[in-house]
Amino acid sequence: MPVLEVRGLKTVFQTRGGEVHAVNDVSFHLRPGELLGVVGESGSGKSVTMMSLIGLLPSPPAQVRAGEVLLGGVDILKASPEELRKVRGARIGFVFQDPMTSLNPVFTVGAQIMEPLRVHMGLTKAQAEARAVELLELVGIPDARKRLKTYPHQFSGGMRQRVMIAIALACDPEVLIADEPTTALDVTIQAQILELVKELRQKLGMAIVWITHDLGVIAGIADRVMVMYGGQIVEQAPVWELFHKPQHPYTRALLRTIPKLGGQREARLQVIEGQPPILAGAPTACPFRARCAHAFARCEAENPLRRPVDGAALGHGHDVACHWTAPAQESADA
Amino acid sequence: MLDTAKRPLVQVRNLKMYFPIFSGLLRRHSGDVKAVDNVSFDIFEGETLGLVGESGCGKSTVGRALLRLYTPTAGNVVIDGDDVATLSAEALRQKRPTMQMVFQDPQASLNPRMTVAAIIGEPLDEHSGLPTAEKLERVYTLMDQVGLNRRFANRYPHEFSGGQRQRIGIARALALNPKFIVCDEPIAALDVSIQAQVVNLLEDLQDRLGLTYLFISHDLSMVRHIADRVAVMYLGQIAEISPRDDLYADPLHPYAEALLSAVPEPDPNREGRRTRIILKGDVPSPANPPKGCNFCTRCPKVMPICHDLEPVLTEARPGRFVACHLVTPPQTTRAG
Repeated sequence: MPVLEVRGLKTVFQTRGGEVHAVNDVSFHLRPGELLGVVGESGSGKSVTMMSLIGLLPSPPAQVRAGEVLLGGVDILKASPEELRKVRGARIGFVFQDPMTSLNPVFTVGAQIMEPLRVHMGLTKAQAEARAVELLELVGIPDARKRLKTYPHQFSGGMRQRVMIAIALACDPEVLIADEPTTALDVTIQAQILELVKELRQKLGMAIVWITHDLGVIAGIADRVMVMYGGQIVEQAPVWELFHKPQHPYTRALLRTIPKLGGQREARLQVIEGQPPILAGAPTACPFRARCAHAFARCEAENPLRRPVDGAALGHGHDVACHWTAPAQESADA
Repeated sequence: MLDTAKRPLVQVRNLKMYFPIFSGLLRRHSGDVKAVDNVSFDIFEGETLGLVGESGCGKSTVGRALLRLYTPTAGNVVIDGDDVATLSAEALRQKRPTMQMVFQDPQASLNPRMTVAAIIGEPLDEHSGLPTAEKLERVYTLMDQVGLNRRFANRYPHEFSGGQRQRIGIARALALNPKFIVCDEPIAALDVSIQAQVVNLLEDLQDRLGLTYLFISHDLSMVRHIADRVAVMYLGQIAEISPRDDLYADPLHPYAEALLSAVPEPDPNREGRRTRIILKGDVPSPANPPKGCNFCTRCPKVMPICHDLEPVLTEARPGRFVACHLVTPPQTTRAG
């Protein structure tokens, strides 16, 4: 049974210029111990989807209009604010992009790690402190006991992100949602954090949702990948399948557009012409049609539904939301 | 492009850019942040030199000091025959049209109260003295060159997307027919699908107008695509300068090697096979760099000598300059 299952999630923002349909009919599940990568450009709805799950979006302007979010079989979208508070930070942990703005500058790091422990797990101060030291050691911060008494500004970016991970892991969550956790970091520091996450997965075995726009990061750590575009899931597949047999024209174009670090150097970069869509109004057509090289009349008339590519049940194998069918073999050496 | 006679358009010699630290009650000068410490390199006419490194390594400061947006603490920056670092104010103003800059954040570098035509035309107002009609014609030509629709000339920056705003910034940089453009992280703020559009535009313009670029970036894959030679910076100094293919195939400096190995690749097969060098710890403060080699605190191949003697950037192989005792043992280099 999946730890987390999302069905038909729709999130709309009410703005002065009208409604913005940021998340449109998104369904996915997360199996125990799995790392699900979510890729997409800014505005594709990847962060808003995850924020909607646990009621972190301010309402108004945001409104979760439809859908179910099942955590251990219970729909948390129907939960009261108090019940939701028991889920956030306890059963679902978060790591955000910018560790400086998500840590409180006026509290010590120790106080911030101990807060969820005392609130959610009811530990005494001494117990919470012992656990906090343990957590800081777990995420590889040397001299942990001394560091508890220091403030976020005394840490470097990479160290702060380690602290964020320690806070997210404090209550042994079933699910960890990481929203662009390494985007603000340098590559050598990013490599440290990725290594840490791989290690923690082996030790703790929690399920992780990893949001990023960096396909390189995804290739290295994800088991399964969801590609989002214009507020929808356009393709979903195990990681190897996605990189070697991409089906959706957007995924295919995206993979061709990034320059490679090794191998043959491309003379000219492939380009995806045009701009990402503006999500005004409920979608009635494929969001990618204006930039798609394979678009035809049906793409304008009908928003494609996700369909399985490899015969497995929807969401369990490789599926794509596209009217066009990619040719069978040429992608093998892509 | 490489077969044309190589003439250095930009020659940087022993460039130092220190930012003073004042402390105590009397705000006494108590130290310096050595953002750029003794950097020398050439950029040849028509080439793109990639400048890579992590945040805080001084790469943007180099770019700004080159164009004298900062006045360098010491050193020479000879651009097309004139030492920009020491030119007088008026001579510098005369020199400005030959050297321009494209900034990272197009949102912050375009005045929100000016129309696109006014933004692109401002350098012309300042330097060209063209009559209004000709100036407008020139603005239209520039807009065509960077792929902006002429009809948008009277719109404001907020009406454009990030990629289009970057095109406005590029058109402004091109207005006075510069020879040399510093591109400071021009694609870092853009989405992946838009980055390729801007990079292709920069390459097309280089081919058409014979421009010389200093391309500052932390995106090593993109630098491999656009640059002819690449300089790797660490903590205010250059660790290695090599032709692109040599650097990516066989980095000589241990930092360059670690940096390249840390870049994730969008291919699960390659990712699975790679051995990654994970550097321990963080970059030291440029206000208090370590003694000896500035990479000695994190270097996986550190030797005792690295803690004492600062390595000098030396030509280790033809065209490849490295500052490392491992690559060029100290007896062959002139000490400190």
